[in-house]
Amino acid sequence: MQKKRITCLGMIICLIFIFPSLCGAQKSIILATTTSTQDSGLLDVLIPVFEKKTGYFVKTIAVGSGQAMAMGQKGEADVLLVHSPAAEKKFIAEGYGVNRRLVMHNDYIVVGPAKDPAKIKGMKVSTEAFKKIAGAGALFLSRGDNSGTHSKEKAIWKASGIKPEGKKWYQETGLGMGQTLNVASEKNGYTLADRGTYLALKKNLRLEILMEGDAILLNIYHVIEVNPAKWPKVNAAGAKAFADFMVSKEVQDVVKTFGGEKFGSPLFFPDAGKQEEELGK
Amino acid sequence: MDLILEGILKAFYLLVTFDPEVIKITFLSLQVSGSATLISLLIGISIGTMVALAEFPGRRFVVSLINTGMGLPPVVVGLFVTIFLWRNGPLGFLGVLYTPTAMIIAQAIIATPIVMGISLAAIQALPKNLRLQILALGATRFQMVWILVKEAKLPLLAGVMAGFGGVISEVGASIMVGGNIKGYSRLLTTATVMETSRGNFDIAIALGIILLLLAYFINLILTNIQQRERPR
Repeated sequence: MQKKRITCLGMIICLIFIFPSLCGAQKSIILATTTSTQDSGLLDVLIPVFEKKTGYFVKTIAVGSGQAMAMGQKGEADVLLVHSPAAEKKFIAEGYGVNRRLVMHNDYIVVGPAKDPAKIKGMKVSTEAFKKIAGAGALFLSRGDNSGTHSKEKAIWKASGIKPEGKKWYQETGLGMGQTLNVASEKNGYTLADRGTYLALKKNLRLEILMEGDAILLNIYHVIEVNPAKWPKVNAAGAKAFADFMVSKEVQDVVKTFGGEKFGSPLFFPDAGKQEEELGK
Repeated sequence: MDLILEGILKAFYLLVTFDPEVIKITFLSLQVSGSATLISLLIGISIGTMVALAEFPGRRFVVSLINTGMGLPPVVVGLFVTIFLWRNGPLGFLGVLYTPTAMIIAQAIIATPIVMGISLAAIQALPKNLRLQILALGATRFQMVWILVKEAKLPLLAGVMAGFGGVISEVGASIMVGGNIKGYSRLLTTATVMETSRGNFDIAIALGIILLLLAYFINLILTNIQQRERPR
């Protein structure tokens, strides 16, 4: 009786162990990407198509662009889908990545409470708007996580000649875009958000778009393959297949309409084959 | 309030319609945390019993380490497991980062000290003379240990519940080493975090309720076993 039970237990343990390792035996690629592509639901649509087409299993790790590139730098990811152009150029220049290609864009918006204590509504220049927020001492929520959005926000502060770090009205959440929007909504603060995540979450937010349309607010997504010469363990073929897939006509057509029905306007604009400089004109 | 009601309705809806994704997530949570708990039992009870019965220099120090380990922060475990399992890391050749196996490893590391600490206390709480009595009756050393473990069954089951409860509700380590990959390494807890950040609060609440139900039923079964043996 006792023996039988132990054998039974042993078998269960074996089964439990074998099952996950079998799943891991497929050829897989690690995609390090930003939270916005996951939180908006775009990847949930695209990844199954890719997996069916190529047979690769995609492990999507949704982190900030900063962390995604850090993973690429260590050879812990195969392909990146990120939106932090300045950091990306550095990443490529240092030889960590190859074949950086434009995929799509949308834009950043400055959102805040309807009351708009800093009176930035309708302004056209983001640096001026940031100066007004700082001048009014109105609460501003920063991502504070080295993500693409955070880099953009820091760039705007820098351009407006303000050092917000450590100021009482400036709080860093260290969270993803969705959560930061929720915090801003609860605390009646301003924040910089990508339009896609904002539209996806709008129904639960008490935040309005107060500023948009400035050229600096362009949010551009690139796909980058991690350099296999630097990291031999990288799945270069899989990374290339995924990058090619992202700029294929099929995907670009999906991107063009994605979210249109649900949110009233598409979340992203397809840009494959274009030059970065052409955007926003 | 509406939101909570909506969440409860959604949980009910997801359960009665056998939503394939939710069922998969629930089973994976059960599988990962169940395996981790089993591993932690094997290691935790044997080392816990050993430390409880043995006399050696520095024993108090070891016991204090085990007791501290009972409060091991999951995110710290997650961070170290991630670094070790990176493909260019020391255990990279295993290739298990971002798989359910990695989550089992991390959760087992979290649960083991909990089980160990409680086993240690349980065995130590047995009357001292019991050991002498068993040995005097001609039992071998192994038989004695086995009888002691059986004797301490009730508090040991409490250890099982604490260990399982600790890992089924854990999110920090699982999201770091598992990656929250859809249909592959997404657990009830990591899915709840993601749905919250997506603003789908109703689904997040529903997943939370399913997690609570799951934890309740597991503990109900364990409690039944435990209380059946209650000395009258």
